[in-house]
Amino acid sequence: MAEEKSFSLLDPFSTVDIGLEDSGDTIKQWAIENRGSIQPFKIALNDLIVQIESLFLAIPPTIMIMIFALIAWQTAGRRTAIIVIVAMFVLGFLSPQIWALSMTTIAIVVSAVVLCVIIGLPLGILAGKSDVFQMILRPVLDTMQTIPAFVYLVPVVMLIGIGNVSGVLVTIVFALPPLIRLTSLGIRGVDASVVEAARAFGASPRQILMKVEFPLAIPTIMAGLNQTIMLSLSMVVIASMISVKGLGNEVLRAMGRLDSGKAIVSGLGIVILAVVLDRITQGLGKTGRNKDHRHWWQGGPVGAVLRLTGANRTSKFRKQGDTQ
Amino acid sequence: MSERKTGKHALGTIREEPVIDCRGLWKIFGKRSEEAMRAILADNLGKIEIRDRFDCVVGVKDASFTVNTGEVFCIMGLSGSGKSTLIRHINRLIEPTRGEILIDGQPVNSLSARDLRQMRASRIGMVFQNMALMPHRTVLENVGFSLEVRGIPARSRIETARHALEVVDLEGWDDRYPDELSGGMQQRVGLARAFAADPEILLMDEPFSALDPLIRRQLQDKFKSLSQEMAKTTVFITHDLDEAIRIGNRIAIMKDGELVQIGTPEDIVTNPVDDYVADFVAGISKLNLISAARIMEPVERFDGQDRTGWPVTAPSDELEYLVDLSIGSDDPILVKDGDREVGVVTSKTLLRGIKGEFDNPMLQQPEGPENG
Repeated sequence: MAEEKSFSLLDPFSTVDIGLEDSGDTIKQWAIENRGSIQPFKIALNDLIVQIESLFLAIPPTIMIMIFALIAWQTAGRRTAIIVIVAMFVLGFLSPQIWALSMTTIAIVVSAVVLCVIIGLPLGILAGKSDVFQMILRPVLDTMQTIPAFVYLVPVVMLIGIGNVSGVLVTIVFALPPLIRLTSLGIRGVDASVVEAARAFGASPRQILMKVEFPLAIPTIMAGLNQTIMLSLSMVVIASMISVKGLGNEVLRAMGRLDSGKAIVSGLGIVILAVVLDRITQGLGKTGRNKDHRHWWQGGPVGAVLRLTGANRTSKFRKQGDTQ
Repeated sequence: MSERKTGKHALGTIREEPVIDCRGLWKIFGKRSEEAMRAILADNLGKIEIRDRFDCVVGVKDASFTVNTGEVFCIMGLSGSGKSTLIRHINRLIEPTRGEILIDGQPVNSLSARDLRQMRASRIGMVFQNMALMPHRTVLENVGFSLEVRGIPARSRIETARHALEVVDLEGWDDRYPDELSGGMQQRVGLARAFAADPEILLMDEPFSALDPLIRRQLQDKFKSLSQEMAKTTVFITHDLDEAIRIGNRIAIMKDGELVQIGTPEDIVTNPVDDYVADFVAGISKLNLISAARIMEPVERFDGQDRTGWPVTAPSDELEYLVDLSIGSDDPILVKDGDREVGVVTSKTLLRGIKGEFDNPMLQQPEGPENG
């Protein structure tokens, strides 16, 4: 391949061409040829996203804000609930169309995050348990986090086509690594003497994982989930290049038309969504006792309802293994 | 090693049936432990050569001992002497390089993973130096852990765990979390967790070392009364000889991974096998360890003297009691076994005994430290 030019030890690179670029381009070819086999998966995922989206759009905005506020109250307390209510009303008043666009974006983010959890938790636990797996996984995660999104945008579009499914997939590529990394970190950070005690009392490896390691790793895992949600949101603009609807698409179109007013409004919308999702998920990482109650069911709206019905007094001892 | 075993005990609750039988146990840490082990067996290499040639550390060196039913067996050694490593072989938290452990005649190291878990959950309780309670579980959930992993239904598990908490005087703390408890209370939770499944065997890995002296003393007393009541076969690790003497029926002294002497507290204090053990026992008070039988002089020497007014003691009485007798009377103390006069302790012999000098003893059978 490279014999025609004289090879120089001092500058070996300009004379040698192993042809990686050409063979790299065959990925595109391969993607086009294998489009058919991926269709059932694509249709299923698309249906899921569309259903989530239509559900979010079907709920009237005021009810939706209340639902978000209740979730925030449960996970992070009353103050966060108030912040969420204020933020979401501000979001809605930014422009008349923005609510629907936001719901579309949230639907995409929720789909991506759910898939990230389904993929990321088991991988993270495996990486936490096995040094070899961790070693293999690390460069892959590095690649996923640093490789420019445009590089994998093209093959993904060739394989799946433009639209929501591709958008969710590229979002997963970018947003998954922190969840895996922090799950692994959380599992590795569990006090070895506690694990030894569990072993000494006859727990099986599965029981150790489910009853000891996983619950103790939850604050770290939740920090990872929070990062995954934030990164998913930051991907919506790039994903809009492959025709994902929502706030990101508005920003992209406004940029194309040099319409800075529209760009600012949609951009602010993304920021507000980020703040809301961040505050809600940050509360998940704290245990009930950081929030002045002993078990998760004793605080927030659930606790209020239970107190009203008198159920909390009798539920002093619940089934073991609750994670809070 | 095992030939040095000198312990004789005549306690009611202790039967001469080994529950735990440890035979020629070796543990070598390091990647090349198998190689190092073969080299030790073939060429009798020392610790330092093993470290330099194989980059391995000898954790336990040819340990053999037995623990009888209901006995409290203390393993005493300084930090790094391998005692924590040794105790972890009994429930196979660590796999030995050579040798075997039998529990009720059954080799622990050939158990399947399932049987091993069953044995750990139902037959062996363990208490750790750093408590190792699970911070995300309430006190009650911690205590019920071994029952929970065996799949015992919640209702009976809670009942058993509550009972275990009562035993260690922690009723009413069920719903608290470990970090809301003081160190001493946490370790009592640790004790309750070990007792909860009502195991035959207790493994205590320096359970009271991390506590302050007053609390330690209280927990030692608590443990002593509990262990007498429940007659659990116990292996008790400590770095404190006073603690070993207070609690143990027999004591093994461990040095650099090797059991250098096994015997009753009295044996260890009066007959140390080498300078290392002698150094250890030098500062130990003999008042509660040595019996009258150990120091008394032959009664024949005092023939011709009128012994009717002399204070009387039994051969098993400890020096502490003899001192009290001696303070109350100017006469020597007469040692009587039932109605028979067996010996005499003068104040001079008594003082020598307190100093640990017995060059003129009538060698009698040493007595056990206490009758249960």
